[in-house]
Amino acid sequence: MRRPITIFLVLLTCAGACAKKQPPLGPQPAPPPAATAPVAPPAPGAPPPQRVEESVPVPAISEDSIGNRTLDDLNRNSPLQPAFFGLDSFELDDAGRAVVASNAEILKKYPTWMVTVEGHCDERGTAEYNLALGERRAVAVKTYLVALGISPDRLRTVSYGKEFPFDAAHSESAWSKNRRAHFVITSK
Amino acid sequence: MNVTLGTLVAVCGVVALAAQAPQTPAAPSPQQPSEIQLVISGEPGTPPRYAVPDFVALSPDVADAAKTLGQVLWEDLNFEREFYMIPRDTYTTIPVARTAEEVPFNAWRELGADAVVFGTVQKVDANTVRVQVRLFNVRSRQSVFAKEYTGSATTARLYAHTISDEIHQQQRALRGVARTKLTFASDRNREKVAGPVQNRDVKEVYIADYDGENQRRVTTNRQLNITPVWAPDARGIAYTSYRRGYPDIFIALIYQGIQETPTNGVGQNWLPVFSPDGTRICFTSNRDGNPELYVMNRDGSNVRRITNNPAIDTTPTWSPNGTQISFVSDRGGTPQIYIMGADGLNLRRITQNESWADRPTWAPAPFNEIAFSARTGPGFDIKVYDLASGTTRQITFGEGSNESPAFSPNGRHLAFASSRNGGRYEIYTMARDGKNVKQITRDGSNYTPSWSN
Repeated sequence: MRRPITIFLVLLTCAGACAKKQPPLGPQPAPPPAATAPVAPPAPGAPPPQRVEESVPVPAISEDSIGNRTLDDLNRNSPLQPAFFGLDSFELDDAGRAVVASNAEILKKYPTWMVTVEGHCDERGTAEYNLALGERRAVAVKTYLVALGISPDRLRTVSYGKEFPFDAAHSESAWSKNRRAHFVITSK
Repeated sequence: MNVTLGTLVAVCGVVALAAQAPQTPAAPSPQQPSEIQLVISGEPGTPPRYAVPDFVALSPDVADAAKTLGQVLWEDLNFEREFYMIPRDTYTTIPVARTAEEVPFNAWRELGADAVVFGTVQKVDANTVRVQVRLFNVRSRQSVFAKEYTGSATTARLYAHTISDEIHQQQRALRGVARTKLTFASDRNREKVAGPVQNRDVKEVYIADYDGENQRRVTTNRQLNITPVWAPDARGIAYTSYRRGYPDIFIALIYQGIQETPTNGVGQNWLPVFSPDGTRICFTSNRDGNPELYVMNRDGSNVRRITNNPAIDTTPTWSPNGTQISFVSDRGGTPQIYIMGADGLNLRRITQNESWADRPTWAPAPFNEIAFSARTGPGFDIKVYDLASGTTRQITFGEGSNESPAFSPNGRHLAFASSRNGGRYEIYTMARDGKNVKQITRDGSNYTPSWSN
């Protein structure tokens, strides 16, 4: 929201400055309308001032917008989405497979990335068995990624059982977020 | 004498004044040199009633120790529920004895005491005290137990624990647990794991005396350190650590500051548990692609796989004689408790009607039982399966979620983790009938206790 206003002020300042200076050498395009507009408060009852905005290209929405980010930044705001699981289940459902497939596309785009798939569980299981359940979830995701063409050499799995909940609340909503395979990019 | 003092420095030179030849200067000599009845009994059909007043400080600067000794010994003796412990706040009318000769037996008798402890603490030099204790039969006025200890001036509780264990041994042929310890995982440091993912709580391994005193941190690697279990010698703790980014088994020799890595990165390995003789470790590993159980020598050699099933096999516990292993498998569709030989043969399932059962823990002899946690609603409760009868009894009843039971070495108590007090998991102990629940931890969240020998 701040950018258009800033640009507007910059242009106004520039307009004032330009008016006192010789035009630069070389053929110039006609000055934009804003530059010739009188810099004076509008008269009462006049129509509102014309909005002057310039479309500024976003600097780098190339593939490097992801590729250039640091590992920490990537993992904090990861392009790889978590896949969620049903209660006591380590099978990927349709939604889970769709997420893993979309992550696989990103991994194909960045073939140097190494990824750890973390298996997590909600708090309603026991701590001990959940270590194995999380392992099975991570392996299920890895297996599917490999089936989609990702080299197993790029993938590690680790289970954290119920040790690292994403949402520490004790509710259905929290539990459904905690039964997940979380993707961590470990090198790129 | 196995006074396990370890780094507590105090070396209790135990000079047994031979209970069989007690010094009994106070009591008038019996008419006949008859055999002394060592075991103090109560009124018929009731447990003997014990009184444990403050010990007597024979030096001015051990008054606190003298009071602590009396208080802790009372609590230790109360823990096993073998004696009726007369509350200490009822002793105010009893004249204080400064010497064993002054013990006011008539007053104790009026209070209903069958047994009374008389003890002294005396400073020997700057860092050393001498503790003397006698147990008197109030009726016969005979000393049936007399011991002297010397060691550090700072370990009053340990003298009390030692005395309690020896009294239980002598009076009840019972192995007390007053000198045992608990280990558990805790996030109480409120540190976060360093790494690419934010806001993950560090868990470290801690130890505490059986009564919750002297809680100390064992691991300091600021990662996830969980499922600690004592080695049978009570000097080592095996646990699962993620310090290398994946679960692996480490053994901390807590009195030497040495770390052992028996599995050393072959696959991922977790949930270690020592065989009763301490020579082997059973654990879960994914090294062959699926959570299976393995047994190795303590040094990591001679690894043998003992389960072979596409389902999950995990959470092992050894039978007291080391010939069988109970564990959890979901090969039937849900996590259930199974038993097999330590060689993996002769498998049988023991839980039939649970929706989710985990953390079997085999009671020491003479109790032929396996405790486990079972889903009973939104949470879990502790149940105990009797191997002889095939019956199961429940000993917690829906107060929070109750998980990870661990038997005391005498089989009369269990430690467990429960969310009953405000939702946070804390360590508790209880008697094997579910009574006498006692909260052990109060700082942070605490999980997966193990009880030392």
